[in-house]
Amino acid sequence: MKICVCVKQVPDSWAEKKLTAGDSTLDRAAADRVVNELDEYAVEEALRIIEAGEGEVTILSMGPDEAADSVRKAISMGAHAGIHVSDPALYGSDALATSLVLAKAIEGRGFDLIIFGSESTDARMSVVPAMVAARLGLPQMTFANKVEVSGSNLTIHRVTDYGYDEVQSTLPAVVSVVEKTNEPRYPSFKNIMAAKKAPMETLSLSDLGLDAATVGLANAWSEVKDFAERPAKAKGTVITDEGNGAEKIEEFLVTQKFI
Amino acid sequence: MSEVLVLVEHSEGTIKKVSLELLAMAAGIGEPSAVFVGPGADAAIATLGDHGAKVVYVADGQAMLDHVVVPTVDVLAKLVAEKSPDAVLIPSSADGKEIAGRLAIAVDSGVITDAVAVSADAIATQNVFGGATIVHSKVSKGTPIITVRTNSIAPVQSGGTATRVDVAVEISAVAGSTKVVNRVSVQKSGRPDLSEAAIVVSGGRGVGSDAGFASVIEPLADALGAAVGASRAATDAGWYPHQFQVGQTGKTVSPQLYVANGISGAIQHRAGMQTSKTVVVVNKDPDAPIFDLADFGVVGDLHSVVPDLTTRVKARK
Repeated sequence: MKICVCVKQVPDSWAEKKLTAGDSTLDRAAADRVVNELDEYAVEEALRIIEAGEGEVTILSMGPDEAADSVRKAISMGAHAGIHVSDPALYGSDALATSLVLAKAIEGRGFDLIIFGSESTDARMSVVPAMVAARLGLPQMTFANKVEVSGSNLTIHRVTDYGYDEVQSTLPAVVSVVEKTNEPRYPSFKNIMAAKKAPMETLSLSDLGLDAATVGLANAWSEVKDFAERPAKAKGTVITDEGNGAEKIEEFLVTQKFI
Repeated sequence: MSEVLVLVEHSEGTIKKVSLELLAMAAGIGEPSAVFVGPGADAAIATLGDHGAKVVYVADGQAMLDHVVVPTVDVLAKLVAEKSPDAVLIPSSADGKEIAGRLAIAVDSGVITDAVAVSADAIATQNVFGGATIVHSKVSKGTPIITVRTNSIAPVQSGGTATRVDVAVEISAVAGSTKVVNRVSVQKSGRPDLSEAAIVVSGGRGVGSDAGFASVIEPLADALGAAVGASRAATDAGWYPHQFQVGQTGKTVSPQLYVANGISGAIQHRAGMQTSKTVVVVNKDPDAPIFDLADFGVVGDLHSVVPDLTTRVKARK
């Protein structure tokens, strides 16, 4: 079983995030960079699948030079190898370009499963796994909170408003997992040391046979016209409860016509 | 005036509110046409017409919904190719975003997710980073494909009627590569859906236990006809199921009224609720950052204030 897990380096989800004034891209320097939290569930799921049988897990990430740290970090959970796609021309790429690059990096390597976290905590679009499935022409088995592999068959529980759909496909397939699918492990000392020596490929756009005119900020399919910080909310009324707290809330809800 | 396609979100013909909101938004851009995929269209067409749809494109049959999103994408791609609409509006649900993403590839167009407003020339407004930053974006290639959040605009009854136009789409090999074999409903609480609810009553660390949710938070929610939400601290502690978590890594809600009880208001949580129209806060700690968002706040113990409030709300009925 060969599994590819796609991870994204993002600003820490507990930090305030900002856009850059010049070109409206994410200000990556404004916050600590971490592996997207939801991708840790994807790595954990991949490790559980190979531990139940056999196989190898490869971590794939597209991002600036620093994203290599996130690939190593993900490998240190117990994965075997890394692929880092990095090219100055990728700066400012949108989801369409990102999915194109990831699909190119994945195809032809014989992966049985490609696993994503269901969204990144910065862009929060939740579209890249579906887009990569579309580009590769593979079954889209996304928003899973349960993943079962049996031979060449795959069954997931796809989370829905009402509960879940049980969905089946064959391998190879593209999977995304939601938060709390499992309990991601902490890297062991042994695996942290192993990750330092794990094979890592660094690929440029030309290595992938892609033209710089198909990616990057200038070639994005959408553009930011302008942005602004949300104005601070006008200070509301805050009172201290002296046995009348509920009564005061009741009055407020009545004046606002909620009750 | 050119058409604007609106994908209808429904459950066996029962239209979700967001679909009618999107028809109202589409009317500001062009002439709204609804796209209905799956069984049950007959029951829905009058309502869609009454809310501004001139045409309802129908791709009938349960088979359309028995495969993960792709048949719906194929229907929309066919309509985009045939009708050259000014825009395609899709509800910002998990399914909706994936449909939008794949449609963007299929018709070589840009996609914008989680818009809260769309102007006449299809410039989308998004609240990003949990609402801390307001962004205006435009699709620069192809047909604008925009997913729109629930509660962004009020539905408008036009009193019109819609014409049904059937659309035939085969289940392609790619569409058929996934198969929904079972649909499982869990936890029918009878409460409104968290992401659609007009009122959300939420609990955090201060609630103290799962029993606290059952005895304090849920009764207020039920008295107000509200959905229940929880902070990450509360779901991580196992006091309330994870699918009700509001925040950066959970659900994003934008209700008319958000009642935050025992929630400190870390960025993690604010990111999921700070675009709520009105915020009421109950918290023991006067320095809790959640008070910065409060339209009305009470510094006090939720375990006495909230049950008292519940009794008062009930008494008004």
